[in-house]
Amino acid sequence: MANLTIDGRPIEIEDGATILQAARQAGLTIPTLCHHPVLEPYAACRVCMVEASFKGKNELVTACNTVAQSGMEILTSSERALKARRLNVEMLLARAPAAEPVRRLAEELGIDHPRFPVGDPEEKCILCGLCVRACEQIVGASAISFLDRGTERVVSTPFGEESEACIGCTACAYFCPTGAITVEDAHGRTVLHDEMVLGPATAIRVPSRQAVPMVPFIDKEACIHFKTGACQVCAKVCDRGAVDYAQEDKVREVEVGSIILATGFETFDPRRIPAYGYGRYPNILTAMEFERLVNASGPTGGKVLLADGGEPRAVGIIHCVGSRDENYHEYCSRVCCMYSLKFAHLLKEKTKAAIYDFYIDMRCFGKGYEEFYHRLLKEGTHFIRGRVSEITPLALTEKEEGKLIIRVEDTLLGAVRRIPVDMAILAVGLEPGLDHNRLAKTFNISCSQDTFFLERHPKLAPVASFSDGIFLAGTCQGPKDIPDTVAQAGAAAAEALALADLGHVELEPITAVIDDTLCSGCRICIGLCPFTAIALDKEKGISVVNDALCKGCGTCVAACPSGASYQKHFRDEQIFAEIEGLLQPET
Amino acid sequence: MNPEPFEPRLVGFLCNWCSYTGADLAGTARLAYAPNVRIIRVMCSGRVDPQFVLKAFKEGADGVLISGCHPGDCHYQEGNYKALRRHRLLLRVLEQFGIEKERFRLEWVSASEGPKFQQVCNDFTAQVRKLGPLNLDGNGGGRHA
Repeated sequence: MANLTIDGRPIEIEDGATILQAARQAGLTIPTLCHHPVLEPYAACRVCMVEASFKGKNELVTACNTVAQSGMEILTSSERALKARRLNVEMLLARAPAAEPVRRLAEELGIDHPRFPVGDPEEKCILCGLCVRACEQIVGASAISFLDRGTERVVSTPFGEESEACIGCTACAYFCPTGAITVEDAHGRTVLHDEMVLGPATAIRVPSRQAVPMVPFIDKEACIHFKTGACQVCAKVCDRGAVDYAQEDKVREVEVGSIILATGFETFDPRRIPAYGYGRYPNILTAMEFERLVNASGPTGGKVLLADGGEPRAVGIIHCVGSRDENYHEYCSRVCCMYSLKFAHLLKEKTKAAIYDFYIDMRCFGKGYEEFYHRLLKEGTHFIRGRVSEITPLALTEKEEGKLIIRVEDTLLGAVRRIPVDMAILAVGLEPGLDHNRLAKTFNISCSQDTFFLERHPKLAPVASFSDGIFLAGTCQGPKDIPDTVAQAGAAAAEALALADLGHVELEPITAVIDDTLCSGCRICIGLCPFTAIALDKEKGISVVNDALCKGCGTCVAACPSGASYQKHFRDEQIFAEIEGLLQPET
Repeated sequence: MNPEPFEPRLVGFLCNWCSYTGADLAGTARLAYAPNVRIIRVMCSGRVDPQFVLKAFKEGADGVLISGCHPGDCHYQEGNYKALRRHRLLLRVLEQFGIEKERFRLEWVSASEGPKFQQVCNDFTAQVRKLGPLNLDGNGGGRHA
């Protein structure tokens, strides 16, 4: 431990810490421009000058890279320290008059104009080297460095050319204290919608705000550490030391008594309907993207903006994209009508835009849903009944210029209409997830015609599957809204609990039995049984069925050459009698 | 004279998990299909003993249908493959008895294929109707002799 005083206050700090760290620990402020806690100190800006008295010597030192030692007496705002700081800030101001933090510091220190000749009045770079250090120490790319010397010194890539070492991580811009480095779209456009990914885009993140467990994970694809081996900033700032880069994905086998499948859905990809122009024209959004856009934590802070940053004056919401369409999915996705109405309501609330809602049928089936629809009718949303045929930027009149034109047959008017809007929202339908078929194979689940998982019975067993102990919940079984999903999930959980509570498994009484007086021990049945439920009793030389393993398919019964094997409730005689009964001559 | 059209008597062995459920679906969906197919439920198409088929023909059936899950979908993993093997073998036996192979059919109908079950029934009935009654003893009394 080192004991020193700063501005007369006694401070104890661990060995090796700098004067700046000691001051910050004591809650004292020493101004600095080139310091960042995760980077090595560099002492480039020289704004953190303090007066240090130690072992009879008195000198000016930079606080950021001078190690605090016992017996030091530090003065952060002595006349001598302030004079030096003022001079340094004055020189920085002459070099980079447009740098906001420098101007703020200059104002604080009472500097109006630098006495030195001012170079470029637009210059922002103060050559603090934060970007260069970040690129080297954090990114491990060393794509930028200082070029030239003295007054000619600049930060740039080697020879000022496009650098192959740059991985485009934008860490340099993030660390730049003066905004001298900016990240721009190659075409100079305002980038709004392109960054509308769901969730934050940092490499270490919590998957969603409702995530269970609520812990962050590292996206190895995006993490700089896994690309270059450097960085490790998250480990440095984590007080608990919880970040572990050596962790690997683990496959764990868990034995369970029952399984509930709640694997959910994917949204329909509107690129499959080329006439709707999604992905080709700007301002055509899917429902999920719009949801992100109006979200207060979204890229625009919840403002509904167009790709160029303007406010929309007309918005079209198109229902049934991919649903109720023989070319894609014949079924109704059930949730789109209601979320579309919600969007219309939000748009009314947040913008002055005219809202056009293109629907086939309004399906407001739930509690309070119809009432909500009526509220929207009163709010002045324009409801147009008819399927949209096309969304195109091709204008026919001057009024349509620069707009997206929605072509639709208005079936209530009996006319084809062209409605120019600034933004189109596609209410995409629900479809089974990408690995749906693989899951169906894994769990031996049948799928219904709409390719969702098939329940055992539509009315009597809506949460059970055809496999015992496997239950279905939510949209993997068919499109449904949140209340229905919660209800089905509750039922599935109760069914699973009922099995667990019972403590034993009830089997169908249809197992195969082998008559030991008839069995010749030929072992044909043993080879046929898919469940290895039949074994040879070596002493007696006959086959024996294990009741707990037998599922009652009857394959062994059909194959037994001596008729020794029979299936309870499906005995040969019983089926023969059925055949005779069915084929009795009509009287 | 305008004789009544021949109504074949057909027996269908349907597996419990796919085809029987599919037939159930055809029913709940109100899909009308030829009533000629009389259904016997078995747990698996692999349960269908060749004797059942022979017995059905003996009792006067004009055709026999076995219907199970699609390959790979069997509730008992591979019962439908066994049915497929037995069907192939049995066809050869039936030919020796003078029973046309068109009278014995194997189909895959899944639990969601109500319309397919309807089509299979209609199709098979039409096919057997074309063949006429099964004449096993050669004197036209093959049906319920």
